[in-house]
Amino acid sequence: MKTHLTHVAGLLFAATAAQAESHATPVLTIYTYDSFVTDWGPGPLVEAGFEETCACDLEFVGHGDGAALLARLMLEGPRTEADIVLGLDTNLTAAAAETGMFTSHGVTAALDLPIAWDDQTFLPYDWGYFAFVGNAGEPAPANFEDLAASDVSIVIQDPRSSTPGLGLLLWIEAAYGERAPEIWEALADNIVTVTPGWSEAYGLFLEGEADAVLSYTTSPAYHLIAEEDDSKVAWAFDEGHYLQVEVAGILEGTDQPDLAAAFMAFMVSPGFQDVIATANWMYPAVTPEAGLPGGFETLITPDLALLMSSEDAAAARGPAIDAWQAALTQ
Amino acid sequence: MASSPNAVTPSVPRWPGAIAAGLVLCLTLGTLAAVSFRAEWSGGLSASDWAAVRFTVLQAAASAALSIIAAIPVARALARRRFRGRGVLITLMGAPFILPVIVAIIGLLAVFGRGGLLNSALSALGLPLVSIYGFQGVVLAHVFFNLPLAVRLILHGWLAIPAEQFRVAASLNMPVGRYLEWPMLRAVVPGVALAIFLICLTSFAVALTLGGGPKATTVELAIYQALRFEFDMATAARLAMIQFVICATAAGLAWLVTLPQDAGAGFDRVVQRWDGAGLALVWDVLALAGAMVLLLLPLGMVVQRGIAGLTLIPEDIWSAALRSLAVAVVSALLCSSLALALALRRGGVLAGISAVLPLAASGLMMGTGLFIMVWPFVDPAKLALPVTAMVNAAMALPFAYRALAPALEQIEAGFGRTADSLGMTGAARLRWLILPRMRRPLGFATGLAAAMSMGDLGVIALFARSDQETLPLAMFQLMGAYQMEAAAGVALILLTLSVGLFWLFDRGGRADA
Amino acid sequence: MPDALQLEQLLIRQGSFTLAADLAVQSGSVTAIMGPSGGGKSTLLGAVAGFVPLERGRVFWYGDDITQSPPGQRPLSILFQDNNLFPHLTIAQNIGLGRSPRLKLGTPEWSEIDTILERLGLAGMGKRKPSELSGGQQSRAALGRVLMARRPLVLLDEPFAALGPGLKQEMLDLAISSLSEAGQTLVMVTHDPDDARRVAGNVIVVAEGKAHAPLPTGQALDGATGPLRGYLAQP
Repeated sequence: MKTHLTHVAGLLFAATAAQAESHATPVLTIYTYDSFVTDWGPGPLVEAGFEETCACDLEFVGHGDGAALLARLMLEGPRTEADIVLGLDTNLTAAAAETGMFTSHGVTAALDLPIAWDDQTFLPYDWGYFAFVGNAGEPAPANFEDLAASDVSIVIQDPRSSTPGLGLLLWIEAAYGERAPEIWEALADNIVTVTPGWSEAYGLFLEGEADAVLSYTTSPAYHLIAEEDDSKVAWAFDEGHYLQVEVAGILEGTDQPDLAAAFMAFMVSPGFQDVIATANWMYPAVTPEAGLPGGFETLITPDLALLMSSEDAAAARGPAIDAWQAALTQ
Repeated sequence: MASSPNAVTPSVPRWPGAIAAGLVLCLTLGTLAAVSFRAEWSGGLSASDWAAVRFTVLQAAASAALSIIAAIPVARALARRRFRGRGVLITLMGAPFILPVIVAIIGLLAVFGRGGLLNSALSALGLPLVSIYGFQGVVLAHVFFNLPLAVRLILHGWLAIPAEQFRVAASLNMPVGRYLEWPMLRAVVPGVALAIFLICLTSFAVALTLGGGPKATTVELAIYQALRFEFDMATAARLAMIQFVICATAAGLAWLVTLPQDAGAGFDRVVQRWDGAGLALVWDVLALAGAMVLLLLPLGMVVQRGIAGLTLIPEDIWSAALRSLAVAVVSALLCSSLALALALRRGGVLAGISAVLPLAASGLMMGTGLFIMVWPFVDPAKLALPVTAMVNAAMALPFAYRALAPALEQIEAGFGRTADSLGMTGAARLRWLILPRMRRPLGFATGLAAAMSMGDLGVIALFARSDQETLPLAMFQLMGAYQMEAAAGVALILLTLSVGLFWLFDRGGRADA
Repeated sequence: MPDALQLEQLLIRQGSFTLAADLAVQSGSVTAIMGPSGGGKSTLLGAVAGFVPLERGRVFWYGDDITQSPPGQRPLSILFQDNNLFPHLTIAQNIGLGRSPRLKLGTPEWSEIDTILERLGLAGMGKRKPSELSGGQQSRAALGRVLMARRPLVLLDEPFAALGPGLKQEMLDLAISSLSEAGQTLVMVTHDPDDARRVAGNVIVVAEGKAHAPLPTGQALDGATGPLRGYLAQP
């Protein structure tokens, strides 16, 4: 019995021991969201690409989603081991900047974003439009009012616990302003359910629980390219689509400022940007020379990109959530 | 009693129970204190926070009541029927309780969802469709999760009625229900109802996924939002305290209506009964069939989907599985040791409180509090797996305790005097009397703790780095990477391992008993 | 003969029930405790064994005050009406517990158990569990443990009551013969005057809140004048 217990204890601490290996080469630690570092995400490719040039060890540490990432950083405070945080979006950067833990990124690059970018603290690496994704051949509403008037069912994410959910809230806020609560009330009977995160919502949609799900205009590209399935389409809304810009920033307390700066430069170079489209299923911040992968040309491209400044987003968030809650609780 | 002649001294030391209670108090109230300490206090609870409190209590009460009402006929059928596959059925019916929430929801939707089996059948018959989303969906899911627990605990109560009493009742032509079963239910049900109420009280993903919108916000969800999105530790701590207060109130109520169960000890014989012919047989068959449809059909759908995804799962799933298994086994052994230590105190306020507190504790609050305590001293990732094992053990403790404490009382009532007269105290009493007589509940408790730990996604997410992922975390990450089919495959592995672990321990406990 | 067991000014209070005892039992004697149901016979035995808290008074064994000793450390063995055997242990282990509560037994002890089993007609049954034995055999096994324990005082709280009359008598005789061989003092609860007449030299009458000092059996059982007359007159 005793030996069995020793084995189990050994197993438990094995992972710990593995981390105690020698640190002869400098280590750059990057906190990011989980899906970035999975085998299917961009993490492994980016790591290999950067380590070729940096004579360093790049370590990605996954912490939930974008929101969890920020909460984690605030929990750890200035003592954090992270040198860079990668994976916040513009709806979170105001809160992130407020911590005073970030320093300027120091990169000047020509970015291919639908909007102008002049933030010196956070540097974008990819972007996408929120959109409802439904099945091809089924009714596709042309805007929120159209959707509300139809009996099409949708599944959305909770704005309090998920970044797409918050994106939708700000989308309607940006498109309708004071009429936003009215839109939400009209949408209430279309909403099958509200999930905590993107994964659950998308799973429900794939299971046929709703006609459409809140996701990204790029989601159909995944099905098309990775699964050769062209049955999923994003709905083009004529009031415009809300933009999500994903960014990274350097922490002031980093012990590897040179490596961190090198990584930020690498992040907007082809070695990083070329893998984004088919690994993160978003638009790269700098379009590759060879253009976007085949299949991306089939995606809808909104005529109007909506985005609140991070300060406006932070200010709008609380009242918008209250209005949303009130509308959906009736 | 100045000289207290013939004072009855405890036959087993009480200090291990005190240590166990200390650990539990530290994990529950200690973590809350740690979070409160970090919080910047201002403002108060909003109207929506109070709406969350109301919804939480309402759905938890409805879920508990329905689970109990449904469980009683099922437990009675299992208690008085002998049929082929009964043991397998009991084990399988336990599975939902130990399922990761997201796996279970997929299974439930495949049966009760808009495109599920039920609605397909209804629309084929031209009948109106039913919606799983809303209050009814939350309660349905909670009954799905907790009916097995209710059945197992009430069945334990039924099996604890000595076979001899049924013989006496049969010979006297006594109504078994009134004289044997009703008093047992009266003693067992309040505790079971409390447990389920408290489990549903801290429900998070079920309420949000099936609730259909913000009106289905639970307190636990509000805590999650406060911690994860708002970084508002004060609100999180306030809500956690409210959760404890509701828990304490419910526990108090249950304590008031609980009667001590006074069942004699009997030899280990198969409980043969002489009631239950005719209409009762029809009733039992209906109860078992209904439970099977509700519990096994969704499981079947999880299996069906999982098999298709098995070929797609990535290789490193197996190291995640091994990690999960190691954590689960350690956590289960720790959990049953803690529960045994508490049970050996033979009642007492400290043991009682420690055995209920984890039910009211928010997993996220525990994780955050531990993080705050640990962070200044050591890299949390280094402690990820041991801490996960410990927290999982604490979370499963109330269930283990509920299984062990009554069994111990029964052993002591039956054999305590004989053991005392032989001088069997301390380790000797544990080894030669308590442990062997407790094999069945110990196996059940350990299996339950192991399975619950397998499916847990709480603390590990806060502490672990991406290379330390456990199976549920790996599954969640697959879903986040559009790998739904592979995730379904992992869900099946998770289901198999959870049920397998539970079966192994539970079977071990029931061998030659 | 000297007094082996002495109960000095004992008072037991359980709710409204009280029992007083001030008496002594002679060394090597066989004493029956008799009296009406609910009179406190088992309670008296429990007090001697250390299970029943005392309001006051002391219990002496050859002059040693054992009032504060826990049950397992008193110089006595006790058999109850039921649950004397642990169903999860073998017969041999059940008997072995009489010698060592931790079952730390050497080869000589195990062969001693075999001898006892043989003597009680249970040869070869040491490896069985109690449920595999008949009621009479279970009683023998319980008796086997008392023999194994070799404690000088033996208390029997009607351990054979569930057996048939013939078997009960046989067990009682077996108990008396095997125990008196070793010179043990025996105190037993019984309802049956015949049992008392056959094996007991003295009778302690427990009735109306008092345990009377032992009387010679004949005298105690004298239906006309003895203290048990009311009780014995009932059918």
